[in-house]
Amino acid sequence: MTATAPIGLSDLRSYLHGLPGVDKVGVEARAAALGTRSVKTSSKAKAIDLAIRMVDLTTLEGADTPGKVRALCAKGRRPDPADPSCPPVAAICVYPAMVPVAAAALAGSGVHLASVATAFPSGQAPLEVKLADTRAAVAAGADEVDMVISRGAFLAGDYAKVFDEIVAVKEACGGAHLKVILETGELATYDNVRRASWLAMLAGADFIKTSTGKVTVNATLPITLVMLEAVRDFRASHGRQVGVKPAGGIKNTKDAIKYLVLINETVGDDWLSPDWFRFGASSLLNDLLMQRTKLTTGHYSGPDYFTLD
Amino acid sequence: MFEYAPAPESRSVVSIDSSYGLFIDGAFDPAKEGGTFKTVNPASEEVLAEVATAGPEDVDRAVAAARRAFGPWSALPGPERAKYLFRIARIIQERSRELAVLESLDNGKPIKESRDVDLPLVAAHFFYYAGWADKLAYAGFGPDPRPIGVAGQVIPWNFPLLMLAWKIAPALATGNTVVLKPAETTPLSALFFADVCRQAELPPGVVNIVTGAGDTGAYLVAHPDVDKVAFTGSTDVGREIARTVAGTGKRLSLELGGKAANIVFDDAPIDQAVEGIVNGIFFNQGHVCCAGSRLLVQESIFDQLMESLKRRMATLRVGDPLDKNTDIGAINSAAQLARITELSEIGGQEGAERWSPPCELPDRGFWFAPTIFTGVTQAHRIAREEIFGPVLSVLTFRTPAEAVEKANNTPYGLSAGIWTEKGSRILAVADKLRAGVVWANTFNKFDPASPFGGYKESGYGREGGRHGLEAYLA
Repeated sequence: MTATAPIGLSDLRSYLHGLPGVDKVGVEARAAALGTRSVKTSSKAKAIDLAIRMVDLTTLEGADTPGKVRALCAKGRRPDPADPSCPPVAAICVYPAMVPVAAAALAGSGVHLASVATAFPSGQAPLEVKLADTRAAVAAGADEVDMVISRGAFLAGDYAKVFDEIVAVKEACGGAHLKVILETGELATYDNVRRASWLAMLAGADFIKTSTGKVTVNATLPITLVMLEAVRDFRASHGRQVGVKPAGGIKNTKDAIKYLVLINETVGDDWLSPDWFRFGASSLLNDLLMQRTKLTTGHYSGPDYFTLD
Repeated sequence: MFEYAPAPESRSVVSIDSSYGLFIDGAFDPAKEGGTFKTVNPASEEVLAEVATAGPEDVDRAVAAARRAFGPWSALPGPERAKYLFRIARIIQERSRELAVLESLDNGKPIKESRDVDLPLVAAHFFYYAGWADKLAYAGFGPDPRPIGVAGQVIPWNFPLLMLAWKIAPALATGNTVVLKPAETTPLSALFFADVCRQAELPPGVVNIVTGAGDTGAYLVAHPDVDKVAFTGSTDVGREIARTVAGTGKRLSLELGGKAANIVFDDAPIDQAVEGIVNGIFFNQGHVCCAGSRLLVQESIFDQLMESLKRRMATLRVGDPLDKNTDIGAINSAAQLARITELSEIGGQEGAERWSPPCELPDRGFWFAPTIFTGVTQAHRIAREEIFGPVLSVLTFRTPAEAVEKANNTPYGLSAGIWTEKGSRILAVADKLRAGVVWANTFNKFDPASPFGGYKESGYGREGGRHGLEAYLA
């Protein structure tokens, strides 16, 4: 953990296995304890606006159409048509084929355009295909790429392969930001989550992301806590700051605020910004809007008072 | 910065009377000699209530009431006694919010600890010992174990209600009756518990609560008609009690001070170890007899661990105990604050390096910032004496053998902690530590089924678990 020079691939295994372990009981207890922090009134209002600015509003369905994507982009630019003080989301996240549509719809808005490339969600495709996927997305206007790692290679202990793939995709990204999806639900242990986080960061990831949202276990508080500790320690030893993006299953304001508390008390202010933390979510936004309205008006409105997408 | 808005629990959920009498034979009575003392909220110094000082005559009455109740109570079949204990446990659960607020007001501990730790454990202890009441023949103390008689119990101020539960639940389950004296600074939850007993329709005299200071406790302990003495508190007072009781034939159990070693090996899960260190010494403002107040760190990870610990300590929130976001509440009394302050100053004079995170302490009340001392050696007083506050002494070691040697080099032996990813090392080291409880990769975990007690000057006897029954069986 104190190494500062880039390490040789042959050392990867001993390096990753030399990281401090993660005690499952302890990390889950800590995440649960932070989950009981009480955030209300003015601090809740600030938290909600921050959370909205951190949302990567996502649609990743086989049935996605240009119409659906355009509607999502409109929502992302202006989440609450009735309230101009409501901030836009951080990014719209779509499949590569939908990038041109989204790019046109987002032009001039300042909302980022993220695309899941590299044979999302399984990652089971030859490297050339993944690179082509990435280049196509970037060429069509994506300024953020969400790649998946080969969990199979990682679990088989072939860290060098995973490392090389991330390096290659990062290069194919050009100027686009690279978010590396670890698919933590498939990594099974917190030790693996920490190792995969370090592996991705060593290989050049700009962000590390929990999940595709397509498996049973997606983002959880303890997994995100382990990843936050990893980015904190990585910056301390390598001097480079990396962002974190939990994705999948974060559906309501209460949960989102728990994540903000986790950031606040683990890595602090430096990560409390859409530049360094994102929520990968599709249904979270409407709950944030509903709670936001509740705080300003004192009343809850029904779901029909907020746009579908 | 993401600041949390204040989130205070309402103090109106519990009503506090302006004055309280003694709870003797099922009724509240003023003290015969009319003496009273005041109990204050340590977070604000506001007087919460006036409480009766029990004199010798009052203690006599309480012991006599317990003696009268002993015959019928001990004659009840086990399942009948269990019924009362289960009832008490359920009432505590139902009224736990009131009790948690009351405990935080009187003691100064953060509401999240009284709500999430103390009260669930209090109810769990009554449930646990209720389960034993009809199974005493199977506890391993013979086929027909008998109660001892009248138990005189004196408890401390750090966990007022939990210590009451540790004392009263096994005593009642085994058929004894009780006269309990809560600490002078924290009598309110015990008096509230008297009301719980009445609500549970516990027969009069089975539980009696006498309030007062050291004199009241001394008189209770020395009372000729008390058969069993149970004390939790400081080693000095424990020694005095042992002297008083010696040769009288009374049974005695003592749970006294500690200076626990929390040992962190170089292969420990660092982030969780830091949590364990924080929990070990800053939980309940460090007012914990089994607190991990001596941190033993393997030298090879000293810098890294200290950096992590200091960063973590900077996030601790000190302040209003009733605020749900508070991590560290108020020091229980002015006297305790003075002792913590004095010992900390001695630490500085001895040459240890003192560090506290920047934190603003409230103007009123008794407060002490979380503090660590590095560069501490076994020869320093802060490494030997129990400070009983949020003050951690950090020492280093090089090998497992040295860690064990240093951990055991103390007059105390209540608890210890081990942090390592290596299972074999946990077993090997735990086996060599002279401490009643050894936690591995965790700290301050309590369960009614697990016996608790000390070696050496940390006392004798065990509370909790099957072993806890023994202290109340003849």
